[in-house]
Amino acid sequence: MTAWQSMSPAIPEIYLAFAVCVVLLFEVFAGVKRPGATSTLTLLVLVIGAALTVRYADVGHQLVLFDGMYVADPLAFVLKLAGFLIVAVALLYSRMYLENRDILRGEYYVLALTALLGIFVLVSANSLLTVYIGVELLALSLYAMVAFDRESGVAAESAMKYFVLGAIASGTLLYGMSIVYGLTGTLDLGVIGTKLATPGSLGVILGLAFIVVAVAFKFGAVPFHMWLPDVYEGAPTSVTLFIGTAPKIAYFALMLRLLAHGLAGTSADWTLMLTPLAVLTLIVGNVVAIVQSNLKRMLAYSTIGHVGFIVLGFVAGTPSGYTAALYYMLVYVLVALGAFGVILLASRKGFEADKLDHYKGLYQRDPLLALVMMVLMFSFAGVPPLVGFWAKLRIIQALWETSHLGLVVVAVVMSVVGAFYYLRVVKLMYFDAPPDSLPATLRPLGPRFVIGVNAAAVLALGILPSPLLDLCSRVIH
Amino acid sequence: MQAHLLSILIWLPIAAGIVVILLGERLIVAGRWLALLASIATLVLSLPLLANFDTQTAAYQFVEKAAWIPRFNAFYALGVDGISLPLVVLTAVMTIPVIIAAWTVVKARAPQYFAAFLIMEGLMIGVFCATDALLFYFFWEAMLIPMFLIIGIWGGPRRVYATIKFFLYTFLGSVFMLAALIYMYVKVGNYAIASFQSLPLTLVEQRWIFAAFMLAFAVKVPMWPVHTWLPDAHVEAPTGGSVILAAIMLKMGGYGFLRFSLPVTPDACRELDLFVITLSLIAVIYIGFVAIVQADMKKLIAYSSIAHMGFVTLGAFVVYEIVRTTGQVQGAAMGMDGAMVQMISHGLISGALFLCVGVLYDRVHSREISAYGGVINTMPIFAAFMVMFALANTGLPGTSGFVGEFLVILASFKASFWYSTLAAVTLILGACYTLWLVKRVLYGPVANDHVAHLTDLNGREFVVLGMLAVLVLAIGIWPQPLLKIMDPSIHHLVTQAIATKIPV
Repeated sequence: MTAWQSMSPAIPEIYLAFAVCVVLLFEVFAGVKRPGATSTLTLLVLVIGAALTVRYADVGHQLVLFDGMYVADPLAFVLKLAGFLIVAVALLYSRMYLENRDILRGEYYVLALTALLGIFVLVSANSLLTVYIGVELLALSLYAMVAFDRESGVAAESAMKYFVLGAIASGTLLYGMSIVYGLTGTLDLGVIGTKLATPGSLGVILGLAFIVVAVAFKFGAVPFHMWLPDVYEGAPTSVTLFIGTAPKIAYFALMLRLLAHGLAGTSADWTLMLTPLAVLTLIVGNVVAIVQSNLKRMLAYSTIGHVGFIVLGFVAGTPSGYTAALYYMLVYVLVALGAFGVILLASRKGFEADKLDHYKGLYQRDPLLALVMMVLMFSFAGVPPLVGFWAKLRIIQALWETSHLGLVVVAVVMSVVGAFYYLRVVKLMYFDAPPDSLPATLRPLGPRFVIGVNAAAVLALGILPSPLLDLCSRVIH
Repeated sequence: MQAHLLSILIWLPIAAGIVVILLGERLIVAGRWLALLASIATLVLSLPLLANFDTQTAAYQFVEKAAWIPRFNAFYALGVDGISLPLVVLTAVMTIPVIIAAWTVVKARAPQYFAAFLIMEGLMIGVFCATDALLFYFFWEAMLIPMFLIIGIWGGPRRVYATIKFFLYTFLGSVFMLAALIYMYVKVGNYAIASFQSLPLTLVEQRWIFAAFMLAFAVKVPMWPVHTWLPDAHVEAPTGGSVILAAIMLKMGGYGFLRFSLPVTPDACRELDLFVITLSLIAVIYIGFVAIVQADMKKLIAYSSIAHMGFVTLGAFVVYEIVRTTGQVQGAAMGMDGAMVQMISHGLISGALFLCVGVLYDRVHSREISAYGGVINTMPIFAAFMVMFALANTGLPGTSGFVGEFLVILASFKASFWYSTLAAVTLILGACYTLWLVKRVLYGPVANDHVAHLTDLNGREFVVLGMLAVLVLAIGIWPQPLLKIMDPSIHHLVTQAIATKIPV
């Protein structure tokens, strides 16, 4: 294997590390004079990155590189492409919001790119060390993003909370990993998989417990979810959009690489740990969301509810379950992008449209935005013909395949509970009259077009779900 | 075109609905005409179904099949048999009066109103045509969205409460059905309804699946005690919403029982038939009493709908009792025939009655019975129509209402004298609440100034009510063509329903 051959699948990471430096330098020399230019450059960087990924990182089978530290496989390829797309769309929705709050600065884009780099490292991690580097790179970028608006006390408070709790979770993860390392003598996830092929000893279970706690924290699974609503609500909405979408890819990969691949032998143990976690997450997320009056906070609890479904896919503990979880995660991200995007477009200078009441009569004020939001809400609720329906169907199918009757019942009942608060948003937008005091929504052409496409994709993938379903099944073997 | 007729019936109204929305408020005149043309075209296109339908076979006809989700073995598979064909045509028929009745009456967001009903029409035809359970569920649930918006946007004062209640009730029922469908898919490997029907299931499995189906269909029918969403939804819905709700959406519950519950879980049905029969009889009698005391016309008709739909479930499940008491299959088909005719007939009659209430409401803006009196003095033609539909509602011979109820009562007589006696009480109760309604609204001296200034039906309303009156009488006088269409499928269904599926 030549040097180039061993490098080329890692082109996305190498390119992104290089691009971060370029964007940072550009901001230093040219960004001050033209504040918007960095944003345009970043979008360009992401497009080129996606093209390079398609050209070099599209590997047909699993390749383990750099002495077992790094893995390139179809799953990593798909998740990286999704990462480019999600971050590009998220930044596109955010630009006008940042501008109106005077925080349109190049560093924001640099942080977004380093976060993306962290996601990529995690997605391709094949060693405990790489996993940890990815987790930290991503987490540190996110802490900084939450605190990005230095004028905002709430944001600083959220960032502090996020940082302290996140640090504890990182410590937990590291501790769990060290136990696993101590038992197996290796950091390589593949080797760990073969060494821990039999059901675990007490030591393994101890290590596993710490790892599961850390993963649950990152995903926001109950009872490790406390940070999530506060951070979602306190962070600038553009950051909430970012946190709510792109990192989910990474945490999915974290769960898959670490639990489903590395610790596959002990799956009986960790599915047992995940089961109560999933049930609690579903119930708390959906029930608590009902009483929220702040849309960002409501969506935060709704996220928790959806995380419950994703975890259920892992509880099934089969490739079909992982496929279902992957599909659910991608669908969730697609819909969440649009939903937070609507909040960004409904806000304007000096006005944050984060209360549910701000959406009263949105139909009269901005029919397109209301239609988009309605499509997204029904998709979250899991009503056909929208893509959210297939995500729920896929999870229930995976649970039936493993004969989890009780979990199926919890899942369907909670999806009905969830429908209630999504319907309430539709009710506010369509059935209520608009109050006079609300300012008009933003009408930038580009983001509005993209958000329209976003909602159209939710509908199109709902009517013809085959392409995405096939893709997910193909990348999980 | 013959080969894709069902697809056209589904997608033509949906496409037209989207165009109507795009035309917008400014081109509402064009939008209105387009909506009317599309609904008429759908009806016209459904006529070849009737003409070319082979009444000798129980197999699906006009079959279409295309790959939809290969990974799940789910197909875009359509077809009609003797059970679904009448319901498809009923859907096509009932959308036209809804469009005409709203012609200039609905002012706010009119394009969306017409579009919502056209899209609903396509989705409802899809429900009846789908022969793949996943496709069936897809249409079944998708329909909730337009109905949710129809009640919520154009409804009465308590519309938000009513529409959310409607959505959550039906959604709760449906998700359990979905879980049951996926369970069977995992066992059999595809979603074809036919393969679910032939899948052997143990009694325990059948009980669970039966319970899941029961939740979905009983809410939709609706059966006592899960009927409480219906009066609210009906009272708050705009006229068109009430018509579609009563005429077609309730039929989906009955259709579900015939298509899923009986053939997929026959042993559980046999075991639990008394449970369903009891609920049906409670609906017929208790809800009949409830209807008598209503002060709101729409609520009264809503309760009457629940009572009449009780006959549908009674007719379907009395089959087991007939086989048990007589040991013969012959009489069993009669109950199901009755259930089917009752569905079609109730679709026409309840739709017509809601349209009658709509006619009065458009003029006086009240649904209270006490706001009227002596309407016949100012609206004689209207009164004639309303009396006719009211009599049909009580099951007067010569109207379609008689045929269905009579068949069911006759069939239940074979099962037990008491079932038929209790069921026949409806003839008295139905006469009580319907005729008393007619007496208080139509007859007597002119009650107030509003009534004194009423104008009789305009041409638009006359066409709508006239069309339905002709159909009600036609089925009442000569039900044979309808029965003939259904016959092979009903017989096939009876054999499926009384067979056992427990693996040995």
